[in-house]
Amino acid sequence: MFLINCPWCGERDEEEFSYGGEAHITRPTDPDSLSDEEWADYLFMRKNTKGVYLERWNHAHGCRRWFNMQRNTATHEIGGVYKIGETPPK
Amino acid sequence: MKSKYSIFSLMRNAMGYHQGWEQAWRSPEPKSEYDVIIIGGGGHGLATAYYLAKEHGITNVAVIEKGWIGGGNTGRNTTIIRSNYLWDESARLYDKSLKLYESLSQELNFNIMLSQRGVLNLAHNLHDLREISRRVNAIRLNGIDSEMLNTADVKAMVPILDCSKNARYPVLGASLQKRGGVARHDGVAWGYARAADARGVDIIQKCEVTGILRDAGNVTGVETTHGTIKAKKVAIVTAGHTSHVAAMAGVRLPIESFPLQAMVSEPIKPVLDCVVMSGAVHAYISQSDRGEMVMGAGIDHFVSYTQKSTLAVVEQQMAAVTKLIPILSRLRLMRQWAGIVDTCPDASPIVSKTPVEGLYVNGGWGTGGFKGTPGSGWVFAHTIAQDRPHELNAPFGLERFTTGALIDEHGAAAVAH
Repeated sequence: MFLINCPWCGERDEEEFSYGGEAHITRPTDPDSLSDEEWADYLFMRKNTKGVYLERWNHAHGCRRWFNMQRNTATHEIGGVYKIGETPPK
Repeated sequence: MKSKYSIFSLMRNAMGYHQGWEQAWRSPEPKSEYDVIIIGGGGHGLATAYYLAKEHGITNVAVIEKGWIGGGNTGRNTTIIRSNYLWDESARLYDKSLKLYESLSQELNFNIMLSQRGVLNLAHNLHDLREISRRVNAIRLNGIDSEMLNTADVKAMVPILDCSKNARYPVLGASLQKRGGVARHDGVAWGYARAADARGVDIIQKCEVTGILRDAGNVTGVETTHGTIKAKKVAIVTAGHTSHVAAMAGVRLPIESFPLQAMVSEPIKPVLDCVVMSGAVHAYISQSDRGEMVMGAGIDHFVSYTQKSTLAVVEQQMAAVTKLIPILSRLRLMRQWAGIVDTCPDASPIVSKTPVEGLYVNGGWGTGGFKGTPGSGWVFAHTIAQDRPHELNAPFGLERFTTGALIDEHGAAAVAH
């Protein structure tokens, strides 16, 4: 359990948020040209990193907006929050 | 040769004030090379080692465990065993496992305390009832025992359940698998460890694998905190860290790891003699031999490797459980904990070869790996020994994510993920 600093609403309890999984998975620009392996990679394969992870969150019980967050999955330490389209913190 | 556990060995050792028991397994230093290295000394890894030795005659095997055997998810689950799965592929795999469980104490000469006390899955609304009826029929078509109960049957079986009309979660019926039940989870790990050790398998504890060595796409061994160990074949059976270890060999998996929580109450007199599960509220409840109510909850919905319990899940769980079984509201919780479950998109496991020659993976059992332990080890040993899957685990290969032949068992998993 942790506090998440929503870029629009400020610090709120994690329970107000829903999880969107790994961030920065780019939607295929030319779906028709994708092989089955590439589709499998896009749809199913995940880094699932133990350590610093970039992920998507949604403030479901607040402003209902999506944003990205850098979090350490081994410690729950949050490295920063950034809006969709912005570059992740170093 | 290990001496056999029996009433006579118990009496003989009682005479000697129990000072004469030999150790159940050795703690050898790792050799420089093995035919097969199994990464992960949980139930599945130890079972794999045992069946490699017993069914396939491969005894030059090491099980490498970073902590102590059975100290991961094997010791953290709620010990439930059942095989009431919807699809044919799952039914065959899980029922193979249950059948192995039924004779496991005799086979391993180790009491795993299997108690086939019956597993109930409750229906709380009309949709649940229809879905459960469909499952019962599908399960029976696969030759697995399953039956429908109505509210009165359920009430008779579990008098402490709130079956009143105005209940928060009304009980409209339930499915029952009588062969389902519970077993002692540590006992399963210890039994397999002792039996595998007796057949020559080296169990190496407190030794962490830090890298997987490869040469031109073939596995050649592992790097560990105790140095390099060579191997012809390496098998990953590290529930909770499957992606992490597979990444050491550059293998990407369709797995996400979440914390799953469970808890036990203070012990009380016997009030529940079966397992009660409710998919709708993510509760699965049984009473241990010591009298504690053992309760499993849902997962935290974010990737985590922390094994930390979070209060929100405990609170939701208790709110639901005390509505189902009101007398539990006056009990205190003694312990709560979390294990990390590796979940696949289709809620079915991966027991498979990998793109790396000589590297095998068994993981992604999600929230229900304990019940699969013997079957998992049995088919995985076959996969490693023959370098091809057994027909029971062929559908559970990594290829299914490319072909699209997924085995959707979200409904049977009992915990949404």
